Amino acid sequence: MSGERRFSEVGRERRRIDGIGLVTGAALYTDDHDMPGMLAAKVLRSPHAHARIVSIDASRARALAGVRAALTWEDVPRVAFTGAGQGCPEPSPYDKFILDRKVRFVGDEVAAVAAETSEIAEKALTLIRVEYEPLEPIFDPRESMRPGAPVIHDEPEWEIPIPVEMDPRRNLCGRADVTIGDMARGFAEADLVLEAEYENQYAQHVANEPHITISWLDAQNRLVILSSTQVPFHVRRIVARALQIPVKRIRVIKPRIGGGFGSKQDIVTEPICAALTLATGRPVRLQLTREEVFASSRTRHPTSTRLKTGIRRDGALTAIEMECLQTAGPYGTHGLTVLTNTGSKILPLFRCPNVRFNAWSVYTNQSQGGAYRGYGGTQSGLAVNIQMDEMARAIGMDPPDLYRKLHIREGEGSPVFEALGEGAEGHAMTIGSCGLASCIDIAVRESGWAGKRNRPGEGRFRRGIGMAVMMQGSSIPKIDMASCSIKMNEDGSFNLLCGATDIGTGSDTVMAKIAAEVLGVRTDDVIVHSSDTDLTPFDVGAYASSTTYLSGMAAMRCAEKVAAQIRAVAAEMLEEAADGIALRDGKAVGAGGEVTLARVGSRSLYEKDQHQIAAFASAFSDQSPPPFSAHTAEVEVDTETGLVRVVRYVTATDCGVAVNPLLAEGQAEGAALNGISYALSERYIYNAKGRLLNASFGTYGVYFMKDLPEMRTFLVPTYEPSGPFGAKSIAEVCINGPCPAISNAIFDAVGLRLRRPPYTPETVWRALRSQTP
Amino acid sequence: MKITFTINGARKTVEARPCEPLLDVLRREGYKGAKFGCGQGFCGACTVLLDGEPVNSCLLLAGLVEGREITTIEGIGGVDRLHPIQEAYLDAGAVQCGYCTPGLVLATKALLDRNADPGDGEIREALDGNYCRCTGYVKIVDAVKLAAERMKGTGG
Ligand code: FES
Ligand code: FES
Repeated sequence: MSGERRFSEVGRERRRIDGIGLVTGAALYTDDHDMPGMLAAKVLRSPHAHARIVSIDASRARALAGVRAALTWEDVPRVAFTGAGQGCPEPSPYDKFILDRKVRFVGDEVAAVAAETSEIAEKALTLIRVEYEPLEPIFDPRESMRPGAPVIHDEPEWEIPIPVEMDPRRNLCGRADVTIGDMARGFAEADLVLEAEYENQYAQHVANEPHITISWLDAQNRLVILSSTQVPFHVRRIVARALQIPVKRIRVIKPRIGGGFGSKQDIVTEPICAALTLATGRPVRLQLTREEVFASSRTRHPTSTRLKTGIRRDGALTAIEMECLQTAGPYGTHGLTVLTNTGSKILPLFRCPNVRFNAWSVYTNQSQGGAYRGYGGTQSGLAVNIQMDEMARAIGMDPPDLYRKLHIREGEGSPVFEALGEGAEGHAMTIGSCGLASCIDIAVRESGWAGKRNRPGEGRFRRGIGMAVMMQGSSIPKIDMASCSIKMNEDGSFNLLCGATDIGTGSDTVMAKIAAEVLGVRTDDVIVHSSDTDLTPFDVGAYASSTTYLSGMAAMRCAEKVAAQIRAVAAEMLEEAADGIALRDGKAVGAGGEVTLARVGSRSLYEKDQHQIAAFASAFSDQSPPPFSAHTAEVEVDTETGLVRVVRYVTATDCGVAVNPLLAEGQAEGAALNGISYALSERYIYNAKGRLLNASFGTYGVYFMKDLPEMRTFLVPTYEPSGPFGAKSIAEVCINGPCPAISNAIFDAVGLRLRRPPYTPETVWRALRSQTP
Repeated sequence: MKITFTINGARKTVEARPCEPLLDVLRREGYKGAKFGCGQGFCGACTVLLDGEPVNSCLLLAGLVEGREITTIEGIGGVDRLHPIQEAYLDAGAVQCGYCTPGLVLATKALLDRNADPGDGEIREALDGNYCRCTGYVKIVDAVKLAAERMKGTGG
């Protein structure tokens, strides 16, 4: 492939640079930090889905021995903010207060206590007297849009900081309506028009480490926030706003993080914890219980999608009309942007001249939506890939052939890129790399597709195979920014400081490898520190599949600047021109001689024209090159019990150059299994009053090791010209495949078209029974 | 109350409240490798070995370990001397966020101590109590096999 080069570090298997601490338990996560005199914080949560607090009295709680603070809405600044950890101004409404006089879902925050022990804090919660005026709750998004529906956000402080269509009086917190081409003509030109409704369910990220924050005041009366977050710099900015203190008074430290998947892209525990520290002057620890994580943190937005497509007999698409109704939940965190991504992460994938995306996001009184790996792509990937299977069958074409015919190719653009961006218009983009054709070929070959499709077999257990293809992005174009700094030490090693936020993804290793590649050293010669808002340069954080692409680009540019400085010193030492000097194997190599980087480093610090070899660099992109992936699911359906078992799952993914192939495969596998358990078992069950009934590992439905199907993972090398050493991204894309691929496989096995995951034994069994014999 | 037990080969006496879970006691005593994931016996992040067998220390009352032998991740290997299982986890790419890793390494140790050459099914059975959201488990199975392979003939 053009531009492909051989690298000495990039693309080579290297142990992750932070691995030793992780396998020995020596790495420190938030909860592993002991602060002298630390108080335990607990949050009183609403038993009502929708209610006004008529009166609240925490005096008895405050009087309890060992209680150091009890806060209600009366004790915190009345400033609306959004908990969405996004760039500023945020495309999410300011509809949240640290504590409010209204509650909007069961589990909403009512009051917070800090006490000497967590037992005392728990006890204190029971002493807080709250009088509620229950209001009519809304659980159904269609109800929420009804004229005259109860208004969930009636506070005058409500504000949306960017010019987009939102209206809290109508419970509307996101809207998109984009048309490309001529829909009427498109449908008229079709040989066949298909239309159906699809709906994805609530889901939680279930990161192994619950949300946790520790905060304290340092010796300068500054507020230090140590937190399990994907977005340290956004935490700093948003907490400053919520608490009405200057940004400069806040330092946010990200230690090791036990997984995020989007759940920690939001500001969840930080404002209350920090408010309690300001109230008490003491270190405070606020860790959510697992039940609180399920019931009160963030979820994937459920979306009901009506999809209508027009297709010709030869497989050409003539029109796609997608109508989405998204349940935002009680606060609009990421509602609008997940909504627009629901369109933009799938519609450009297929060539089609006439496209309409018409969508709403509405408030309801159930669990709060947020960022979740896939970010809209999961919602629409479900609808579009199932309908592709339906279309392929209707025109008698094999799905892989239909996908091969329709998918976007290198050098092509899509008007959708321009029409649909992050809550607003997007940016034109031409695809610089696309390995989807190979992904499809590999998935077909490795799954044994040809021998398995349309061969369900006889008897109780039927087999089927289905496919899905998908794309994501790599960073948010023209919004996200990443930066880093590198300095050189006298032994030829380097310190790389970055705001890029390794939450377990291995991004520290990726940054080190990219810098090492430029500097001609080994990966372990680059010592990475991420992230601390006092020490490391800015980065928006770990989301939008941005780190390898954008933060990696910052690392590359920064290393190039440092390399130029090294060459300048080496040029003097070798007495030749800097231009001809190459950095490799830990040396600066010229035409007539060479010198080790240790010598260069030592000379620059101690010997001659002393100076620190160091640089800063930033990266910012007007592109968001999509990674592509093709999946196949082979399933076995037990027609007596309805149990669907995934026999084999194949993923083939084009992430550009995989900087660290093992880590990249791990991203694909983790995302795919998360998608598989979402397709088959994960769901939220509420009672009639909006209380979540299955807020536990035992009842929610995540997969453990015994649930793992045979999984085959393939990386398809391409070279992304705009990325660092050809890299794109891989973190999210693979979560979007399982829901449709498994549904399509179930159809292949038993002729059932399931459009609403999870495909639990009960739903499959019921559907089988209602099938006409 | 006072409890005396052996931890990572050394005898130790600690102070614990009645009904206090072992996890809380261990973490207070500085054994931070045992993690809190749920406190309900589901996730296995808090796994330690009790007389060589994996247990969820979040559910185990500290009082019950009187006189018994506990192994935590700190007793398996340190940053300066990795155990072959820890090496295998790194080489197989089985570690992402690492929150599950101490528990998994311990569960793997218990498995390999009683079965030096486990098959796929036995691995899945033995590690089924240890939740991992990041990896999709694929490379964890690889790591266990790699560790078994490397430890063959070394006597563990
Ligand atoms: S913390 Fe013990 S099993 Fe989850
Ligand atoms: S590596 Fe993150 S939970 Fe296992």
